[in-house]
Amino acid sequence: MERLSGEKEQSVEAFGWAARDSSGHLSPFVFSRRNTREEEVRVKVLYCGICHSDLHCLKNEWHSSTYPLVPGHEIVGEVSEIGSKVSKFNLGDKVGVGCIVDSCRTCESCREDQENYCTKAVATYNGVHHDGTINYGGYSDHIVVDERYAVKIPHTLPLASAAPLLCAGISMYSPMKYFGLAGPDKHVGIVGLGGLGHIGVRFAKAFGTKVTVISSTTGKSKDALETLGADGFLVSTDEDQMKAAMGTMDGIIDTVSTSHSISPLIGLLKSNGKLVLLGATEKPFDISAFSLILGRKSIAGSGIGGMQETQEMIDFAAEHGIKAEIEIISMDYVNTAIDRLAKGDVRYRFVIDIANTLAATRS
Amino acid sequence: MHHSLEIITLHKPQSLTQTKTETETMAKSPETEHPNKVFGWGARDKSGVLSPFHFSRRDNGENDVTVKILFCGVCHTDLHTIKNDWGYTYYPVVPGHEIVGIATKVGKNVTKFKEGDRVGVGVITGSCQSCESCDQDLENYCPQMSFTYNAIGSDGTKNYGGYSENIVVDQRFVLRFPENLPSDSGAPLLCAGITVYSPMKYYGMTEAGKHLGVAGLGGLGHVAVKIGKAFGLKVTVISSSSKKEEEAINHLGADSFLVTTDPQKMKAAIGTMDYIIDTISAVHALYPLLGLLKVNGKLIALGLPEKPLELPMFPLVLGRKMVGGSDVGGLKETQEMLDFCAKHNITADIELIKMDEINSAMERLAKSDVRYRFVIDVANSLSPP
Repeated sequence: MERLSGEKEQSVEAFGWAARDSSGHLSPFVFSRRNTREEEVRVKVLYCGICHSDLHCLKNEWHSSTYPLVPGHEIVGEVSEIGSKVSKFNLGDKVGVGCIVDSCRTCESCREDQENYCTKAVATYNGVHHDGTINYGGYSDHIVVDERYAVKIPHTLPLASAAPLLCAGISMYSPMKYFGLAGPDKHVGIVGLGGLGHIGVRFAKAFGTKVTVISSTTGKSKDALETLGADGFLVSTDEDQMKAAMGTMDGIIDTVSTSHSISPLIGLLKSNGKLVLLGATEKPFDISAFSLILGRKSIAGSGIGGMQETQEMIDFAAEHGIKAEIEIISMDYVNTAIDRLAKGDVRYRFVIDIANTLAATRS
Repeated sequence: MHHSLEIITLHKPQSLTQTKTETETMAKSPETEHPNKVFGWGARDKSGVLSPFHFSRRDNGENDVTVKILFCGVCHTDLHTIKNDWGYTYYPVVPGHEIVGIATKVGKNVTKFKEGDRVGVGVITGSCQSCESCDQDLENYCPQMSFTYNAIGSDGTKNYGGYSENIVVDQRFVLRFPENLPSDSGAPLLCAGITVYSPMKYYGMTEAGKHLGVAGLGGLGHVAVKIGKAFGLKVTVISSSSKKEEEAINHLGADSFLVTTDPQKMKAAIGTMDYIIDTISAVHALYPLLGLLKVNGKLIALGLPEKPLELPMFPLVLGRKMVGGSDVGGLKETQEMLDFCAKHNITADIELIKMDEINSAMERLAKSDVRYRFVIDVANSLSPP
């Protein structure tokens, strides 16, 4: 395929799976994508991870979903077309696309490599493009994106297990770096051993950080310690264990998105410790001011990371051989996978084999 | 209440394991517990009414300084404590932890002070002196730290605070009062001052030109404005009513004043502040304050209401914002703060009262009717009956 210059009016046909309503049930969907603009690349999707956010959006839990909705923001693919001004990529490059595909590019956040915190950041799916059209995500055969919002995947990273890094990976990497939890003299707790939690353990070990998994599911202990290499496993519902662990952690990354009590987590922190929340629930948390004041503790939020940091994270993962534990599925298994995800029945990320199984679902 | 108790137990065992020691000392009355009779004012129950109270203090030990009290500031913590708002007051309680006085005795190991020195005693009068926190001059975060009042001191007996004639304190917990800092208007710095100064330093709020919001304009808030200006910050006072606006701008030097009940002004101020020092002592909504912060902004919650705070998550995640706490400061930092305030002529705005006016002062404090700290003229008005 040639490099394209200028804009053409006709769109390019696309095929994927979409939900048509808040039942969240996905089925084949023919749609179109724009022509590749000067600074954009067209990416043939090879794999797409299933993130818990996909589930939240499909079911309209955040009351902001527009249907038909094509989810997917853990995309790994191959560049099939390049705009005339593209400088970062060549045809055939393996690239990743994560949770955002645009931002304002002029605000302080954008200028400081924090496009994810730009108030005008545009989500890869269900977000509104600046031309007013709704974005469709990675449960599809290709995507068109400005090169700024794509990252290069080094050839040493297996593609399918790299997909979850685009959301889960950066969501854990960024706060561990920003809040000073990456390093041999630090002890981090990770709450929840799911898509984000398990990758967090791997990044922590690569940083040399001591890591304790905090979970209500005792059955995950073996995995945490043996497969993932965590230093400890703390059962959050065991009062004695929790008490013994009080004041031992420099930071805690909480990946649990459902409503839960955070007071016991604050107790696990050392003085000056930080609790970083990644999941956002609608219902506010109740915390006692004392629990923060005594010991100068803090609670912060974090959400994915900027594009430069995402590339840094991918390169770090390649260097240290960090990949997600995945279950590869065919496109037509996706509804079952979503149901299983809702029950936490996955170790630890579903990844859709788009390249080999999507086309066959088109009747 | 129980929740607060839990937290206190876990962090300050000295204060709550009353059991055997307390029973033993309860057998002796407050007056006979120690060799030296002292007079002060104390509260006996959660009505919080303060009245003359006779008790006693230890002899001046080798490491101790005895301080004849001249002035004592009235902190909102005193009010919370006498009313048992937090559920762990052990009556009778003598409050007061913003103490300025004269050293009348110094023990033989005392090197930092001599008789006649003007000194201060703040919120903390004991710590283990050997843990990591203590080694880093962070006695305020020592798990064995004991408060100036309503806590068990290192001798195993209850501490009584500064609404009294004198106090006996280990030299480590005594502060030198700088020459040009007045005793009366300098007293509130010992709690209010350090409570805002410490987080402002720790959380990096000292970069000239950055924008600080100060929520609540009381004892802590008004000192935060003055210290913020001394750091070269742009300061906006955030308040629920406009009645303090003129004074905030013209007298305290704030750059602007934001009324939280004005939706248009609040909307215009969204995402404009690098940090917020939240000094509001009552339960209040954090959501609108978090909205005022820029991305990566920090809100430091210093007020201690008796009910939990409601912490909304979305603002934190969407802007990587942070809510943190801070607990006074270590002794070294408290001295640094006093010296800083002396250098920049920062004192509290006070209303001097007599000891026997304390109950009506407490009533007014409960309604925030003070500009901005009551200070008891102890030396001139505390007269034993």
